[in-house]
Order: sequence, then structure tokens, then C-alpha cells
Amino acid sequence: MNIRVQELLVGLFVIAGLAAIFMLAVSVSNLSIYHLGDRYTIKARFDNVGGLKKHAMVTASGVPVGHVVDIQYNSKGYEALVTMSIDTQYDKFPVDTAASVLTSSLLGDQYIGLEPGAEEMYLTSGDEIDITQSALILEHIIGQFLYSKADE
Amino acid sequence: MILSQVQKIGHNTLDLVARLGRSGIFLWRVMPTLPGVLLRPGVLIEQLYTAGVKMLLIIIVSGLFVGMVLALQVGDIANKSTISVIVVLSLLRELGPVVVAILFAALVGTKFMADIILTDTGLPKELVAPRLIAGLIAVPLLAVIFSAVGVIGANLVVVSILGLDAGTFWIQAQSNVDLIDDLGNGVIKSLVFGFIVAWIAVFTGYDSNHDAEEMGQAATRTVVYSSIAVLGLDFILTALMFGE
Repeated sequence: MNIRVQELLVGLFVIAGLAAIFMLAVSVSNLSIYHLGDRYTIKARFDNVGGLKKHAMVTASGVPVGHVVDIQYNSKGYEALVTMSIDTQYDKFPVDTAASVLTSSLLGDQYIGLEPGAEEMYLTSGDEIDITQSALILEHIIGQFLYSKADE
Repeated sequence: MILSQVQKIGHNTLDLVARLGRSGIFLWRVMPTLPGVLLRPGVLIEQLYTAGVKMLLIIIVSGLFVGMVLALQVGDIANKSTISVIVVLSLLRELGPVVVAILFAALVGTKFMADIILTDTGLPKELVAPRLIAGLIAVPLLAVIFSAVGVIGANLVVVSILGLDAGTFWIQAQSNVDLIDDLGNGVIKSLVFGFIVAWIAVFTGYDSNHDAEEMGQAATRTVVYSSIAVLGLDFILTALMFGE
């Protein structure tokens, strides 16, 4: 087999492989999380994070502004410490912003929703959000419902 | 009678251990020649042609069918919206690397083994090194092509046969498939498998009697050892990468 043709085909093979990786990365992976934009870190503590997972979305007014980077259990305070990475273009969150664990559809994936407060000072990298609302746990709600029914 | 059977088992086990040892020594002696391959790209390209280009057709066909069948089966059991996640993760993490490695062992491994077995005794360094590098490069590329084609096939089945929404297919996958943890780990597995399969192939050729009669048995050994090694390593790597 002609060497030129062989080299060409091997080159095409390598290109096909790289194209396959690119196609997989773009169409079926969470490539958007790995953006090259600058980010800053914010933490928040919750009594219960429910089904919140690493890489879960962080939104403000429903618009994705970042994602969850880490979820750790703090045994000193008996709470969950969530670390979020926010895009630096969204740098105007007041220090009294509230973070809540919300569910994306009925029984869907959980994410964090940020609601800005009224303060004039803004959150910077490494700051912590004080006002948090934990996830709604189905069993607790059912328990409360049954309890209130029993009362009637 | 039974005693001789037990003796046979003992003999075969010791034989296997000895073979393992020889393969290690073989690799050790060949290692220094590997960087030299980059200075002689011509030989590498020749091997990449056998290892990669000639495998393309079967890899694409297999990938397509595996992806489509997986979509049908998963679609039968699981929640419709989660089909794409299960199929993509299965392909990227397991099926791509493993199926491609086993096909590679059967088709290319035996060719590599045959190349070595037909040369004179002695360590054929110029032959071995390009084949090891070719395995290392070709298998991951083939595995991602397999997975990509599989995903396309699955999408086809999900949208045309199962009648589900194409948008949901891609979005569900994007939310649940991690670039580094899933795609990345799959590629790492393929790198390991590619090198191991090429190594087993060239060593089996080197370690056999260099005559045509041995060929058949050596070919069988190549495929059997490669398959067991791939599946065993797959378990270990999976436990390390995806275990608790």
C-alpha cells in the first residue's frame, strides 16, 4: 500500500477519534460546567440538603449562575456545608441573599435558588450566606400532614 | 489417575506464573525502546494503520448496533426520560472500553502476535515498540468512536422507534454525564486496555516456538489472556474509579 495513502488514512483515523471525543463532550456531557470563565466561591450551611448533588445548578431568578462544587457534613454544627462556584459576571449578590434548596419539577433534581436581599454590600469570594432554607423532605411533609389530620 | 490430574493442574499453574514473570521481564527490557518510536513515525504509522484504520468498519458497525440494542433494552425497563443517561454512561464507562479492547485483541492482537512469532528468536525490539504505542493510541480512539456511534444509534432508536422527545434525550444526558468522571475515566481505561492487549499480543508471539504449528495455539492464548486481563482490570479500575 502506498505510504502516502496509508499516512492519510491514519491521519483521518486520528481526526475521526478526536471528532468523536469532541462530539461526546459537547452533546452528552456537562461541558458547560467546565467553563473557562472566572468564578468565585460562596458557601452556605443547611440543616438538610435533601437530594442536592455535586454539580447541581445554582440559579437566581431561575437563571443558572453557577453550580455546586462541594457538599460536606460539618459534625461540629450538625449541618451541611455547601460550596458554590458562581460566574464572576454575577457579582452583585447582597450579603443578605437567601439560598434555598429547591426541586426542579415534581420529584425532580434539586438545585439551589438564590434570592437577593436588600443590603448594599455585596458577597465576595469566600463569603458565606447566612439566610438559608433547607430542602423539603417528603416524609416530614407527610408526617406533618398526618399529624394535622389527626388533630382535627 | 486423579493424582496425575492434580499434578497437571499444579504444572499448569506454575507454567502460568512463569509466563507472567517472563512477560514482566520482557516489558522491562522493551520499555527503554518506547520513546525511540517517536523518532521513527513511519513505523508507528504503519502499525496504526493495522491497529486503527482497519478496525474502523467493525468498530462503527458494532458501536451502532450495541447503542441501538441498549436503547431498546433500557427503554423496556427504565423510566423513559432516563434512557439516554443509562445508555451514555454504559457506553462511555464500560462498553466502549471493554468491547473495543476485546475486539482489538481478537483482530489486531493476533496480527501483532503473528508478526512477532514469525521472526527469528531474540528480542525484536524494532517490532515490539511501535506495536505497543499503536495499541496505546488506537484503542482509546476506537473506543470513543464506538461510544459516539453508539449514542447516535441510541438516539435514533429512542426518537424513531420509541417515539420519545429528542430534546429530552440530549438534555438528560448533559445533566448527568460528567466530562472528566465519565468520559475521562473511560478514556483512561481504554489507554490501559490498549497497552495491555498489545503487550500480551507481542509477548505471546515472542514467548512461543517460532514455527507455523504454534500459531494457532498462540493466537488462542493471545485472545484468551487478553480478554481475561481486560475484564479483570476493568473490574479493578471500575472499583477504583466508580466505587465508594
